[in-house]
Amino acid sequence: MATTSPPGVGLMKGLAVTIKHLFRYPATQMYPKERPDLPPRTRGVIALMDENCTVCMLCSRECPDWCIYIDSHKETVPPAKEGGRARTRNVLDRFAIDFSLCMYCGICVEVCPFDALWWSPEFEYAEYEIDGLLHEMGKLREWMDTVPPPPPLDAGAVPPAEAADAIAKKEKELEAEAAKQQETEAKEQEAAAPADGGDGKPKKAEVKVEGAGEIDQETYDQLIAEGKSERIARSKAKAAWVRKEKERLAAEQEAGGGDDAPAEKPKAADVHVEAGEIDQETYDQLIAEGKSERMARAKAKAAYVRKQKAKLAEEAAAGGGDDGDGGAASSEAAGDEAPEDAEAAEPKQGKLADVHVEGAGEIDQETFDQLIAEGKSERIARSKAKAAWVRKQKQAQLEEGGGS
Amino acid sequence: MSEVLWNTAASFTAQSTSITTFDSFAVSVVVKIAFALGLFFVVPIVGGYLEHKVMGRMQARRGPVEAGPFGTLQLVADGIKFIQKEDVIPRAADRWVFAAAPGVALVPGMLIFLVLPFGPGVFALDLELGLFYALAISSVSVLGILMGGWASANKFSLIGGLRAGGQLIAYELPLILAAITVAVQAGTLSLVGIVEAQATFMLPGTEINVWYVFPQILGFGIFFLAAMAELSRPPFDMPIADSELVFGYMTEYTGIKFAMFLLTEYGGMILMSALMVVLYLGGWQLLPGVPLPGCEGTGGLFDCGVTGTLLGVGITLGKIMALVFLMVWARVAYPRLREDQLQRFAWLVLVPLALLNLALVGVAKVVF
Repeated sequence: MATTSPPGVGLMKGLAVTIKHLFRYPATQMYPKERPDLPPRTRGVIALMDENCTVCMLCSRECPDWCIYIDSHKETVPPAKEGGRARTRNVLDRFAIDFSLCMYCGICVEVCPFDALWWSPEFEYAEYEIDGLLHEMGKLREWMDTVPPPPPLDAGAVPPAEAADAIAKKEKELEAEAAKQQETEAKEQEAAAPADGGDGKPKKAEVKVEGAGEIDQETYDQLIAEGKSERIARSKAKAAWVRKEKERLAAEQEAGGGDDAPAEKPKAADVHVEAGEIDQETYDQLIAEGKSERMARAKAKAAYVRKQKAKLAEEAAAGGGDDGDGGAASSEAAGDEAPEDAEAAEPKQGKLADVHVEGAGEIDQETFDQLIAEGKSERIARSKAKAAWVRKQKQAQLEEGGGS
Repeated sequence: MSEVLWNTAASFTAQSTSITTFDSFAVSVVVKIAFALGLFFVVPIVGGYLEHKVMGRMQARRGPVEAGPFGTLQLVADGIKFIQKEDVIPRAADRWVFAAAPGVALVPGMLIFLVLPFGPGVFALDLELGLFYALAISSVSVLGILMGGWASANKFSLIGGLRAGGQLIAYELPLILAAITVAVQAGTLSLVGIVEAQATFMLPGTEINVWYVFPQILGFGIFFLAAMAELSRPPFDMPIADSELVFGYMTEYTGIKFAMFLLTEYGGMILMSALMVVLYLGGWQLLPGVPLPGCEGTGGLFDCGVTGTLLGVGITLGKIMALVFLMVWARVAYPRLREDQLQRFAWLVLVPLALLNLALVGVAKVVF
């Protein structure tokens, strides 16, 4: 006998364990009545960021269930330079995942070299007909709005090399610009007066802000109070300072500026843009804001594509701009709380602004309130409101591009 | 109006005999049957709810929450569901035996409720041989289980039924020996008489009133274990043993017949607990030596007013539910015994201990 305890002790222990549990709070989650609190890496549904997809077919081939369907065609891109070689690239026509076959192994997400596939914790997409589980590209893109940001690094963790480089670079830039700041500001003051007569929307490029690494103390204190690490808080506060400065300058410049110019919006899909490059500015800024390298890269890539598209669309609209409908929600982009205002006002300003369309985390307060009122969870409402905000911004930009 | 009702109620409860006895024989019979049936269908449902909830909480679950307030109507909902289910009889089954088995198992449970006293005068019958009757009738249930196991034409059912037969015979013996010991000490087989005897039992040489659980703690333990084994409840559920025998003798039963077997089990829990309350825990006495308010008669337990009667019933039911809780607790805490361990435990431990207990009490009865 291995046991040395007297007989009956084991029996008593059994009774003790069960009686302890009787007075403990049950672990049951009242699911339909209360939303489960899911960890950020939950494998709920696979989302597709189609801008990132290069039709490399790795996901489709690796899929053990063969439940990913991809159609594409090749397009010839004219040479970038005179005398260059024309190149071909793949254009995604169809991307569908059959969730009635999917076994949620996540190999496709792992294998995607371009961060086009993401896990989202959403799971309530049951259907009465099995056909409904075949999610096409549009639906997969919508899931993208529900993808949570990756969990932050542990406190004291070594930041990724790229992120550290970017932060160092940004800091150096800011230092270098610090010297020039005074005269630039003076120049802006002068430039503000003539800008009044124009379309009222000074380009962001004109509103250049230079700081010597100043931080927005308010933001910094708040982030620290929220338990963020010192590093993140500092970089975010720095970004906030720059934003506020820009905002302030822009406000000084802006005269009235009703942006009610009706314009035909060129569809983004019609415009052809070569993907693969990233928008360095966005990338650096996101890194500086403490986003992960992967996230920053993907968003910068998307920002690049968007920017290009917007530019092309703008050109197209400028060519044949007639008085089509302007799209409903244009100017009410984000009339909301004070902290968001600072950021929300910014992207309206112009080109540089669309850098911020994805990443800064602003939400559309109206949509948010409505979703909350409909009984959605705070998390879902936030992500949808975020998406709504981005949509509105895009729309506003396109209109703006078409009008000016 | 309320005064009239009160007086009527008082005139009933003033009798030292059963409140279900009337001048008219026919009325008495109807009332007694309704009394036993009502108890049989209501109290086990309360016990079942207790089991659901306690077991759930002990397993870090909530137990039923949806049916009725706090899930109180869960067993009623289950009953309605069972009635709606298809009543399947296997082709190879012995049809009539198969169909009769649940009834044979169920009816004895109902009949025992006729003699169980729930309070001062709150019983259908006070038989001179009440204890004998209860134990004899409860042994009939095993016939229904054997019939079900045999008639199902299914090897799992047959093994389950035979295991149940062996188990019930093995544990009937210590159960009866423990009960006999109580009868020896009380000097009567009447269940009401045993309660009365406990109310007047003083520790030898003192004026301290104690229940029989005190001198017969050994007998109480034997009776409790044997009762759990009689009911085939975990950790003594070898006849059902769902991991070995599918569901034992209940494998082939569906719908209302299955529900009858389940009701037999829950009813059995209640009636075994009620027997333990009567034999060892002083019946409707709140504490040893404390008379019920408004009661006169022996030990302050009889000739009660309405208040005393209701209080007595409440005390009895409370004690029953406490014992049911103990059974559920044991069910949650312990794994199932092996079949040979079960038999060994009955014949080599419980029976000798029960005989020793009987001998000790007999000697003590003569000496003091």
